[in-house]
Amino acid sequence: MVKNNNKICGGLYTPKVMETFKNPHNFGKMKNPDGVGKIGNPVCGDVMHLYIKVDNPSAGLRAIIKDIKFETFGCVAAISTSSIITDLAKGKTIKQALKITKDNVVKSLGGLPKIKYHCSILAVDALHKAIEDYFSKKKDVEK
Amino acid sequence: MKRIYLDYAATTPVDPRVARAMQSYFDKKFGNTMSLHSFGQEAKVALEESRQVLADLISAKPNEIVFTSSATESNNLVLKGLAFGRANKLFLRGEPLYGAPSSRKSSLARPHVIISSIEHQCVLESAEWLKKQGFSLTIIPVDKYGMVNPKDIEEAIRPETILVSVIHVSNEIGTIQPIAEIGKICRQKKVYFHTDASQSFGKIPIDVKKMNIDLLTASSHKMYGPKGAGLLYVREGIKLVPLLHGGGQENGFRSSTVNVPAIVGFAKATELCKKEIKKEGARLAKLRDKLIKNILKIKNSHLNGHPKKRLPNNANFRFDFIEGESLVMRLDIEGIACSTGSACSSMSLEPSHVLLATGLRPEQAHGSLRVSLGRWTTEKEIDQLIKVLLGIIKQLREISPYGKK
Repeated sequence: MVKNNNKICGGLYTPKVMETFKNPHNFGKMKNPDGVGKIGNPVCGDVMHLYIKVDNPSAGLRAIIKDIKFETFGCVAAISTSSIITDLAKGKTIKQALKITKDNVVKSLGGLPKIKYHCSILAVDALHKAIEDYFSKKKDVEK
Repeated sequence: MKRIYLDYAATTPVDPRVARAMQSYFDKKFGNTMSLHSFGQEAKVALEESRQVLADLISAKPNEIVFTSSATESNNLVLKGLAFGRANKLFLRGEPLYGAPSSRKSSLARPHVIISSIEHQCVLESAEWLKKQGFSLTIIPVDKYGMVNPKDIEEAIRPETILVSVIHVSNEIGTIQPIAEIGKICRQKKVYFHTDASQSFGKIPIDVKKMNIDLLTASSHKMYGPKGAGLLYVREGIKLVPLLHGGGQENGFRSSTVNVPAIVGFAKATELCKKEIKKEGARLAKLRDKLIKNILKIKNSHLNGHPKKRLPNNANFRFDFIEGESLVMRLDIEGIACSTGSACSSMSLEPSHVLLATGLRPEQAHGSLRVSLGRWTTEKEIDQLIKVLLGIIKQLREISPYGKK
């Protein structure tokens, strides 16, 4: 029996995705980050490392992400979602950053092929992990 | 920007000489080959002349050439047509494939098909489908170069084996299989041998008689002919159950009004390839070797496939720490068209089964890049690719979390 999986292949990236892919923002390793989020699996072909630097840690959730960087092994969607999430989170408070959803990521890119939606989730998860890591490190320092 | 096409293994442009040869068969000599009148007969003459040209290329007889719509159709016809045809019936009666029916009531073993692990999807999927219908299937592994060992085939053949199908040249990694050796074994063991020659047909010499090939698939659009034409060489005497029943065209193997313009184009394309098979092969091999030599200077880059026994127009690389879809899309931005076996570029999100069959881990297969050259590839284009690729790999590696100190 033939199943219609409604799969979309390459060639369907929006101009915004391609532009972001061509000139990604905020990539590279960060020295002494306050939080790191590592996500993905090289077997699947997507790996994201997200680094954040936070200002005024005593402000709790109101503390500001003053710098953010990423390193990504992956496809066009993985690289462009990585770049977009750094744009979305930079300069925001932790509270605001935690509110970024995959829909925000997809919308900011003008859409993604359905088969690539998981890349947008990956980006959001990496940011959450980096924030989690930041809080757990902070706790250790405060102890 | 002038675009550079280096994906000739995917498809080729139609040679202008081919297009010219086809033209009059669309609007002037448009007859149905089954018609008795002069319109029909001029189409029929063109069909039979084309059949002769194609047969000549592989040392076959014209009546052994069946025209189809594509290589996928030809491959489906072989596997399904043979499985459900004579072989199946004989086996169900417990009789041998070749020679006179014996009185031996052999086992009720299920008919058995052997393929390699690097077949094109249309062979692989057809074989897997046959398995679901109750046939038995053996998939022969390949070595790290993507090479089938004929000994493995020999050992896999059983009394109930009806078919061995091994691709002549892998469309992905370009490895040329020891077809003649496998053919010899199959003939000795009295098992039908099929090869999918979609990539090699017209590019390297094939002789179905010398190579003991019983069935062979070829495709027009891989060799500067139009899409929509393929062929199946069926050695005289072999019976296949057709996929399409109807008016009995193509000796009953394939009913359907014959696509004369496409077949005329296929024949013209074959004629052109035959004329320059040696010269063009040598020219492309030289360009390919220059490409390989220069690309392998990049740190952590590797060649997939066999270093020597490969099609003159194929180079397949892999680059550690980066992913193939990114690579292909970045090249596309620069106007260069190549392809990849990366999962991200596929419909299934799984990396190429061919690369995995050569023993690569999925994360290695993701970083692959296939460059396939063709009739209009120039040295300037290869130089441009080398230059552009160096920059792209450097940048993608800067973005990647891997491979840094």
